[in-house]
Amino acid sequence: MSQTSPTLSSSERPVQATSWLRSAIDDYSLVLIFIALFAVLSGTVQYFFSWDNIVSVALSVSQIGMVACTMMFCLASRDFDLSVGSTVAFAGVLCAMVANATGSVLLGMVVSLAAGAVIGFINGAIIAKLKINALITTLAMMEIVRGLAFLASKGQAIGVANEAFYVLGTEMLFGLPIPVWITAACFVVFGVMLNKTAYGRNTLAIGGNPEAVRLAGVAVDRTRIVIFLIQGAIAAFAGVILASRITSGQPNAGEGFELDVISACVLGGVSLAGGRATISGVLVGVLIMGTVQNAMNLLNIDTFYQYVVRGAILLAAVLVDQLKNRRVAR
Amino acid sequence: MSAEQQATPYLQFESIGKSFPGVRALTDVSFAVHAGSVHGLLGENGAGKSTTMKILGGEYVPDEGRLVIGGEPRQFRSAADAIEAGVAIIHQELQYVPDLSVMENLLLGRLPTRLGFVQRRQALAWTREKLDALGVDLDPRAKMRNISIGQRQMVEICKAILRDAKILALDEPTSSLSHRETEVLFRLVRALRAQGKAMIYISHRLDEIFELCDAATVFRDGRKIADFDTLQGVTRETLVQRMVGRQLDDIFGYRPRELGAIRLAVRGVTGYKVPAPVDFEVRAGEIVGFFGLVGAGRSETMRVVYGADRRASGIVEVDGKPLPATDIRASIRAGLMFCPEDRKEDGIVGVRSVAENINISARRNHLRAGLFVDDAKEAQTADDFIKRLSIRTPSRRQEIRLLSGGNQQKAILARWLAEGDLRVLIIDEPTRGIDVGAKNEIYNVLYALAERGVAIVVVSSELPEVLGICDRVIAMCNGRIAGQFAREQANEENVLACALPEGAATANLRRN
Repeated sequence: MSQTSPTLSSSERPVQATSWLRSAIDDYSLVLIFIALFAVLSGTVQYFFSWDNIVSVALSVSQIGMVACTMMFCLASRDFDLSVGSTVAFAGVLCAMVANATGSVLLGMVVSLAAGAVIGFINGAIIAKLKINALITTLAMMEIVRGLAFLASKGQAIGVANEAFYVLGTEMLFGLPIPVWITAACFVVFGVMLNKTAYGRNTLAIGGNPEAVRLAGVAVDRTRIVIFLIQGAIAAFAGVILASRITSGQPNAGEGFELDVISACVLGGVSLAGGRATISGVLVGVLIMGTVQNAMNLLNIDTFYQYVVRGAILLAAVLVDQLKNRRVAR
Repeated sequence: MSAEQQATPYLQFESIGKSFPGVRALTDVSFAVHAGSVHGLLGENGAGKSTTMKILGGEYVPDEGRLVIGGEPRQFRSAADAIEAGVAIIHQELQYVPDLSVMENLLLGRLPTRLGFVQRRQALAWTREKLDALGVDLDPRAKMRNISIGQRQMVEICKAILRDAKILALDEPTSSLSHRETEVLFRLVRALRAQGKAMIYISHRLDEIFELCDAATVFRDGRKIADFDTLQGVTRETLVQRMVGRQLDDIFGYRPRELGAIRLAVRGVTGYKVPAPVDFEVRAGEIVGFFGLVGAGRSETMRVVYGADRRASGIVEVDGKPLPATDIRASIRAGLMFCPEDRKEDGIVGVRSVAENINISARRNHLRAGLFVDDAKEAQTADDFIKRLSIRTPSRRQEIRLLSGGNQQKAILARWLAEGDLRVLIIDEPTRGIDVGAKNEIYNVLYALAERGVAIVVVSSELPEVLGICDRVIAMCNGRIAGQFAREQANEENVLACALPEGAATANLRRN
């Protein structure tokens, strides 16, 4: 129920004040859903609740998790990026090629990340400066970069002789695989960026109302370009790690990756209309995706059914979000 | 009086009242429209005409009162209900499908079919016949996007008539018509009057009201102020007076003050939507009002001055220093700041908090390590302004879209006050859609700023507001400055006469 504050004059309608409990449930509903899901799966699915399995879940979503962090910024600013999957593949191929040619894995990584940043910059510049629709721009870039990955590798998986190449994807550090640590670091860094920096706040504001933010003197175009640039670099980083995990740069890697990433974000309550995103939501979105996938594998559910289940979960998440928004908008 | 005794009116508004969160839009509005007559609705922007039309069109449900049509009380729950009851509203923004033909638009959803196939020839013949009967000269096969705006309007009116509308309301129909098109429109309106339709005609142009209307009702501040059963013997001055007259001083509380040196100088500025060079100056402590009809080019000019739209030529100086063209951040650094006309679209970030909306601009001046937001300072700034400007909100964390219009406007003012070095404030429609009480608070903020030496430009379509709060009034018409008046010389008649285009219907500058 709404409560009238005595300081409000009759002409200024009181603003609805939801009860504390209600708002707490709203804020943490995703986390609660995930905890419930985790508890149910632990109780019902054999082998689910074990350290090894939990680590393998974390590892399986580590690349999606990294890129979901930057995709969150992209969606929060009312944009969209379909090119990340292709960037993952291209970066993996490029890293392997440069590592083979120069003998330096580090140089391969640097070149890959730079290439990813360039791809992102081109996306951002076209979208922000030339005002081309993000969906179309990144769809085109998705095709182009995938093509480049195939061209560069001549359609072959590129293996790397240098042992150092596998360290990133396969070594353990303090009991956890390195990719999991990197993903965790991404969540911390981008979480801080979203909530504590002008860049993150402006991103959310741009998603809320780009024109108002521009008139307030915020460099909207530049912010959007930076969002895409970082997204490209992180996607490339994810590509390098993936290549390391699968021990070769593969031009057909990461197909459908962009949709998994966007699904995870949406599942995590990021609004496609822009302006609303939380890092905890995205983390939970990624974990729900990974957990459900893992449980279905443990239960030996046919892959074909898995597609159906994942789609259904995504639809359900969007519906819940819609209902929530509708109540807020009343 | 005599007209009322002749027949019961076909359409009656009975004690209609309507409120929106924070704003009372209509209070106890009653008036009647007879069949076979054209009824003018007059009033300034925000007087309640549009709300009344939306209630007639079923878009809004009135909180109080009722509509009576043909002697029967009606309660519309949707636009479909209103159409069903024979009401047609022709809005300023026409609603048509541009890539379909005139015929297809006229018969939208009702094309004659046989076994699922459209019977094109039959439809064409039928459309031709109907258009001829209305005396409208149009090719039914022409695409809507290829015909003129005036012709599209004709199609829209014909569509209403073909749906057998008994009540036809035209909202500012001539605002984008040429003189010739206006004449064609008037002919059609008169023909429909002869057919016995009850018509409502809304226009800013008093000449048109006198030429076309049999009766008129004047609105002000959401109330009906006067009914005229006939316009014979009524003067233009009487109508203007009824539209604007009130105890203005109470709301405006004007305070005179000393003026300083020239702070803002605009010389020969042009832009995409500002074709003719614009020149004006504003002194420190001065409040200059820009009045004009919608589309006169005031907002467009100010957007170019601020740097929001591209400046093609000309100079903008703040305290004698020229500003680079089309650079919002440079304008803000120089102390030139802008509150846009459409708060919701261009002003607030609705889904973000009040604090966020206040700090979004000034934030960049006090980042830690050039990157991190100083949350403590921002919270303090927000709370400070919430208190100083008495922004009514449960907390600084409230999403700003949930606040009333007046409080949103105060938050946008706070955004610029937080910048610290405000020298020139351009505020476009400062009180549109805002309550009388909150209006007064906004005016007081403006006076306080002016007293501190800020040069203020107020763009407003509300003549009493411009006259009530400004030291000087500039009237714009068709993209040019048409006249300037010192406060003592300015009155409703001379400013309005200056702002109105010559003649009944000069082609107006279109917005967008």
